[in-house]
Amino acid sequence: MPMIYVDGQEIEVVQGENILEACLNAGLDLPYFCWHPAMGSIGSCRQCAVVQYQNNEDTRGRIVMGCMTPVSEGARFSLKAENATEFREAVVESLMLNHPHDCPVCAEGGECHLQDMTVMVGHRDRRYTGKKNTYRNQYLGPLIHHEMNRCIACYRCERYYRDYAGGKDLGAQASHDHLYFGRHEEGILESEFSGNLVEVCPTGVFTDKPFLKQYSRKWDLQSAPSICQGCAVGCNIAPGERYGKVKRVHNRYNNEVNGYFICDRGRFGSGYLNSDLRLDYAGIKNPDGSFFAVHQQQALDTAAGWMSGKKVAAIGSPRASVEANYLLRELVGAQNFAAGFSDLDAGLMSSIAAILQATKAQNPSIKQMESADAVLVLGEDVTNTAPRVALALRQSVRNKAFELAEQMGLPAWQDAAVRNLAQDQRSPMIIVSALDTRLDDVASSCVSLAPDDIAAFGYAVAAALAGEQTDNPRADATAEILKAAKNPLIVSGSSMAHQGVINSAAAVADALDQTTSMLSFCVPECNSLGLALMVADGSGSSLSDLAKRASKLDVLIILENDVYRRGDKSEIDQLLSSGAKVITLDMFENSTLDQSDLVMAAASYAESQGTLVSSEGRAQRFYPVHSPAAERLPSWQWLLRLACATGHKKLSKLAHFDEIVAACSQSNPLFAGLVDVAPLNSFRDRGSKIPRQTHRYSGRTAMNSGVSVHEPQQPKDDESPLSYSMEGLNRDQPSSLMPFVWSPGWNSNQSLQKFQAEVDGPLKGGPSGVRLISSTQQGAGVSPQIHKVILKPHQWHLVPMQQIHGSDELSAHTDEIAELAGRGFIAIGQKVAEKLSVSEGDGLLVKQGEVECSLEVRILSRVAKNCIGYSVGFPEAQGLTAGSLVSLEADKKWQRSGPEMIASDKAVFEQVIGGGGASNV
Amino acid sequence: MLSELRTLWEVLKHTFTKAETVQYPEEMPYLAPRYRGRIVLTRDPDGEERCVACNLCAAVCPVDCIALQKDTREDGTWYPEFFRINFSRCIMCGMCEEACPTYAIQLTPDFEMCEYDRQNMVYEKEHLLINGVGKYPDYNFYRVSGMKTASKDKGEALNEARPIDTKSLLP
Repeated sequence: MPMIYVDGQEIEVVQGENILEACLNAGLDLPYFCWHPAMGSIGSCRQCAVVQYQNNEDTRGRIVMGCMTPVSEGARFSLKAENATEFREAVVESLMLNHPHDCPVCAEGGECHLQDMTVMVGHRDRRYTGKKNTYRNQYLGPLIHHEMNRCIACYRCERYYRDYAGGKDLGAQASHDHLYFGRHEEGILESEFSGNLVEVCPTGVFTDKPFLKQYSRKWDLQSAPSICQGCAVGCNIAPGERYGKVKRVHNRYNNEVNGYFICDRGRFGSGYLNSDLRLDYAGIKNPDGSFFAVHQQQALDTAAGWMSGKKVAAIGSPRASVEANYLLRELVGAQNFAAGFSDLDAGLMSSIAAILQATKAQNPSIKQMESADAVLVLGEDVTNTAPRVALALRQSVRNKAFELAEQMGLPAWQDAAVRNLAQDQRSPMIIVSALDTRLDDVASSCVSLAPDDIAAFGYAVAAALAGEQTDNPRADATAEILKAAKNPLIVSGSSMAHQGVINSAAAVADALDQTTSMLSFCVPECNSLGLALMVADGSGSSLSDLAKRASKLDVLIILENDVYRRGDKSEIDQLLSSGAKVITLDMFENSTLDQSDLVMAAASYAESQGTLVSSEGRAQRFYPVHSPAAERLPSWQWLLRLACATGHKKLSKLAHFDEIVAACSQSNPLFAGLVDVAPLNSFRDRGSKIPRQTHRYSGRTAMNSGVSVHEPQQPKDDESPLSYSMEGLNRDQPSSLMPFVWSPGWNSNQSLQKFQAEVDGPLKGGPSGVRLISSTQQGAGVSPQIHKVILKPHQWHLVPMQQIHGSDELSAHTDEIAELAGRGFIAIGQKVAEKLSVSEGDGLLVKQGEVECSLEVRILSRVAKNCIGYSVGFPEAQGLTAGSLVSLEADKKWQRSGPEMIASDKAVFEQVIGGGGASNV
Repeated sequence: MLSELRTLWEVLKHTFTKAETVQYPEEMPYLAPRYRGRIVLTRDPDGEERCVACNLCAAVCPVDCIALQKDTREDGTWYPEFFRINFSRCIMCGMCEEACPTYAIQLTPDFEMCEYDRQNMVYEKEHLLINGVGKYPDYNFYRVSGMKTASKDKGEALNEARPIDTKSLLP
């Protein structure tokens, strides 16, 4: 490795990196703005200036930009040279010329990179006496607040939003010192990843709007390492709490999973945690159907009384932790335990779990997916089912550009040059789907096929890869592309609700020769795969089995699961109203809970700990951010206490979370790695627990004094190595215990680089999470099953469309997400719309046997023949099932929602009518 | 020996000087306007609450006796939804006043805060907020800061130019 000299100090550097990276790796503080580890250098802010010397005799040197200068053996630099420090100070001074005087009322204050850099370069006194430029703000939707005056024109937002995340509706406008970053007109940002602007922007131009409504400074937030529950990707997050409310969710860096970015569902979809509809107390049903609140012990005694010596069955949940599901399964016995999937999902999940353990390809992490140089997506709109994976796929198509750059000897971090060189050349990505997807814009080819035909297409690709003759030229071409790739990636999943699609993806993966080929499945919920692994031995029962046995059951326990979302209404009615006592553990009131006899108030993910298994097979631990409010208890504690109350032989010996984890890992060879997911409760860093609070956490002696001036003891956490305190160090601990990032002089999230072992590399605390399953590489050995649905005239094939906003059960309870989700819809092609004479925003009656839904029309650009899409999980579309055949007719009684106006018209409208404006900026 | 005699002399000499002790409370001592006593929240010259809930006072407080929650008015300006000082913890160090960017929080020359019940030492915003500007009669934060408020549009703050027309091609 080359050596360079910085201020006389010898530094070992990595060949090919730039001076800025080298300095940061060496632990030196070199200010920067426009450079971002995930987005490379463009040298636009001129902040990371250093002096480079020709040789040992050169005493003057010349100023170069650290981020644009590659390291070379023996090169000499200085950070401390007077002209370099003066230059950097002058840069900040000029950036501050137009900066408004509003740090106290800026949501970035206290975690602002601009504040940090200003202090770091030592700029203090304003010399410029002229006037400051000002800008009008834009309304950018319910998630992002815009305050353009604070902009320093580093271009990070545009480079992230357009270049990295593929957004189209945010960019730089105007010129010289009139530069403006915004939309062409006011409106909701279209990208599903817009929330990352909050973290990407080095100052307060883009801030978190829901957080702003209940704002607290970063130093006042109590944070814990957590795992996003929005989908199965398992992004690492750090929610922040104060005054008992989860105020915001920030990205928590995990090199192998989410890196620096999460999706908007993950960032903004936790508002439901503070909802008034959350359950606070356990309740027993009155004869009139209402519930009366009881103490925890009373609820447990009642339940134990019902259960003693009786036939008890239970339904688990793919959104509850491995530990809670394990306890429930042990409590009632494996044969009486239904996983809580719908019957269809149960089949899909068990086959996905089996395929992942047998396939010849690897099940990649997101980081590995970014290295794919050819991608085949089978039947999945990844942006809506596993959003963070879609962001990785967007990066994978850039591998062509990096390849070209390498041929030219251009380093990959030379962002503008690499993009200029590649122009529109991308690595191939073939998307085979029934309806258009949000990745179509970067796909090399899109194939629109009905679900059955997608499966057939997959098998044809597999056959072509095996050297067989096919009569499908597009499949042949796809096979050629995959064959030529170094790291081909197949992405499929369960969102089509189609077994054939999953099998065909496995067949393609098995047919690939490369040892580095990858196969990834998008699965529905945060612990779907964990639950599938738990019941992989096939011992459990299914929802419909339980419904059939319902009359013979005495007690039914349901864990965090609205079973009405999982099956046919009549079947679930039969299950819940058969006379068995129903005990439900949940956070929210829902239809299942209404049918229960006893309800136990479960704590949310922010109040409990547990392990989730992501779609990658990575088991990751989430920790409570704050202790449970009121009489809520984490589900695992409810179940453990219930087991003790009923005198369960095995479980009543367990007392602590770690013991449950140990028991769970022994119960199933697939869970053997569970004990290594995170350090034990006994872990101490330099003698103390890891603090959840920052060292500057304020108001400790006043927060509760409104209730009583006698200060209570801080809540104790007996189950995890984290404490509800500011005592202890947040430094160098294992990565799974990193609640927040902060380093002296680095108050913003840019302090992350102090926690990374190297820039953009793994954390100093090592990898986080354990991969539970690895493939035996024998091959999944799926056999092609090709069905062909025969459609009658005027019948359409109903294709499920997962939506990032609205399809998820919990995040849909968040106001902002509900606003973005809008109404449930039916998506049709232009031709069908013309045939039915409807247009976007009209209503359509969808008839599926007995079920009839009235849904809003959306027109899609790419639709497979005879296919229509519907929004899954929306209340309006309840009853519709994927894959069924439906008929359509225009809804005569449909009321269109208010007229859509472009911003300029809106301004005129407001002037004329004088009504309350939509722009509350 | 000499120093002992000198000490005796000094003590004896003080017997005939005027006592510094005053008959409090009959006789009130003079407290300078900048004396650090009971904390108040002031209003700006327009009569609005000065506090913008920036949390700097709470952060700087060495005994952590200030707690508040930010809220937003309809026009986008910030104010504290609640603002609480636990005077049973306060050490009157005045660092909150120094940290305050809007001159909202000020210490006053009043130290007479004895209570029989310690709970009464907890002051909420209604107890802290006064109807006056305190020591800084002219300052209004929102007139200086580049944020739009109900009474001030973009570009109307101190030293600000009119908002830029991003569609203009002129230099």
